[in-house]
Amino acid sequence: MTDRLFDMLETAGAWLLGILWVLPLLFALWTAFHPGAYAVRFDPAAPLTLENFASAWAAAPFPRYLLNTVALVTMILAGQLLLCTLAAYAFARFDFRGRQAAFLLVLLQLLLMPDALVVENYRSMHALGLVDSVAAMALPYMASAFGIFLLRQTFKTVPGELDDAARVEGAGTLGILWRVYVPLARPVYVAYGLVSISYHWNNFLWPLIITNSVTTRPLTVGLSVFASTDQGIDWSVITAATLMTAAPLLVAFLLFQRQFVQSFMRAGIR
Amino acid sequence: MTDRRLTTHIHGWLLLLPAAVLLVAFTYYPAVASIWSSLHSTPKGARPARFVGLDQYATMVDDPVFWKSLVNNLLFALGTVPVSVALALLMALWVNGKIRGRTALRVAYFTPTILPMIAVANIWLFFYTPGYGLIDQITGLFGLPAQNWLGDRSTALPALMVVTVWKEAGFFMIFYLAALQGLSPSLREAAALEGASRWYIFRRITFPLLMPTTLFVLVNAVINAFRMVDLVVVMTRGGPDNSTALLLYHIYEVGFRYWDTGYAAALTTVLVGILMVLAVGQFVFLDRKVHYR
Repeated sequence: MTDRLFDMLETAGAWLLGILWVLPLLFALWTAFHPGAYAVRFDPAAPLTLENFASAWAAAPFPRYLLNTVALVTMILAGQLLLCTLAAYAFARFDFRGRQAAFLLVLLQLLLMPDALVVENYRSMHALGLVDSVAAMALPYMASAFGIFLLRQTFKTVPGELDDAARVEGAGTLGILWRVYVPLARPVYVAYGLVSISYHWNNFLWPLIITNSVTTRPLTVGLSVFASTDQGIDWSVITAATLMTAAPLLVAFLLFQRQFVQSFMRAGIR
Repeated sequence: MTDRRLTTHIHGWLLLLPAAVLLVAFTYYPAVASIWSSLHSTPKGARPARFVGLDQYATMVDDPVFWKSLVNNLLFALGTVPVSVALALLMALWVNGKIRGRTALRVAYFTPTILPMIAVANIWLFFYTPGYGLIDQITGLFGLPAQNWLGDRSTALPALMVVTVWKEAGFFMIFYLAALQGLSPSLREAAALEGASRWYIFRRITFPLLMPTTLFVLVNAVINAFRMVDLVVVMTRGGPDNSTALLLYHIYEVGFRYWDTGYAAALTTVLVGILMVLAVGQFVFLDRKVHYR
């Protein structure tokens, strides 16, 4: 009897916390879809409107920001997949001189946060003449130690016999990598891709520093510029803009939440 | 046969080369360059940087904002880490059990993690608006006066902490969930057969088995606390009166608002040092769990 009571209390507690956790988001949805006057007045009869989204869309170049973010995320992911695959393959299957030392150096990057190195990286980008370009936003993140480590662990589990068989068939180093290793590691690529996309879609400090024009700014920076110029003017419009920034990832998350959660788990166990 | 071995060496290095170039260019070089620049003055106009030894660090010792941001950062870590880790564990235990609506709860807890920090900052900025914001509307119902949560020195930092806990607990929950699912149920079942209470099972079996995860999550949470900057940039800009200045924000201001790159490099060196100590701690703690085969 007390057990059942305890279970009920527990369920209630879990739900209370759950509601508390989605409340801010629901509240933002309410604000964005209702006229400004209803921002903090809950009236079930309040008229629904898309006006706020239209105003935000018209007031700032959000389509451009979206395009920049997509370009940024694509460029980083493509670079990461290529560089990390090659490096992971080298660490997993090639017994070259200095491998141990090189691998320790790569692991060292797991400890060094790119965020902390923004001042020097800005100087380098400036010297390279890359300031305010998508490439400058992407380059520091392409050689991801985490990606190298994750893929190396996966490649190590591939049986060497497959390697030999492919070699007998006449496949070269890259041929074996492409036909044997990459297909076998597909689930890891999916997991890594999801983690990487969500991280870089949301990244802020480095893009904020390195971009200064509409043609390169990603959504996060665009939103912060938008919200600070319109500060306090119309919360409904700012909230609408906020949701537009988060929407693509949020929708993807709700559709593929199982894969998302599992990929974060997989990435976490490392 | 030495031909074959030579080929292996060359192929190995060629495969590694592209990643190595970028790693050197954007991680190792800037890390070393930070130390080097921190020993030099900031170049201004035609005046190039000159060697000043530890002068930048002497400036730091006398910089009240540096100390303030260091203390704020410690307070921020102390305030956010235990709460978000405890909540994460609680959430994971709940959604790992057979609670009603398990999937919906998982989604609810994890959703803030997917949102950009900037979006989160904007939404909460609105909640904290004095008089008009949601929080004041609610406290107003109880006859409490309006509060300028982000404008008051005593409440600004805690206000940022609340947002951080909300954003991060669900993320850490995932690590606990993964660990819980990796635990063998037999120990727990045996204890349950012996008539042990759930609390006893948690305290004596589940929690000790989760220790490696707890350490991993703790260290990551502390590292995150020292990397926090997005909320500060959007919500308070370090104010009022530097009460929400955190280390990385101070670096950002010194480096990109005052363009004092020499001093920013010294601050960077200190921050990187802190992060390294924390991360090495993580490696040492987790040595038993992680096997580099």
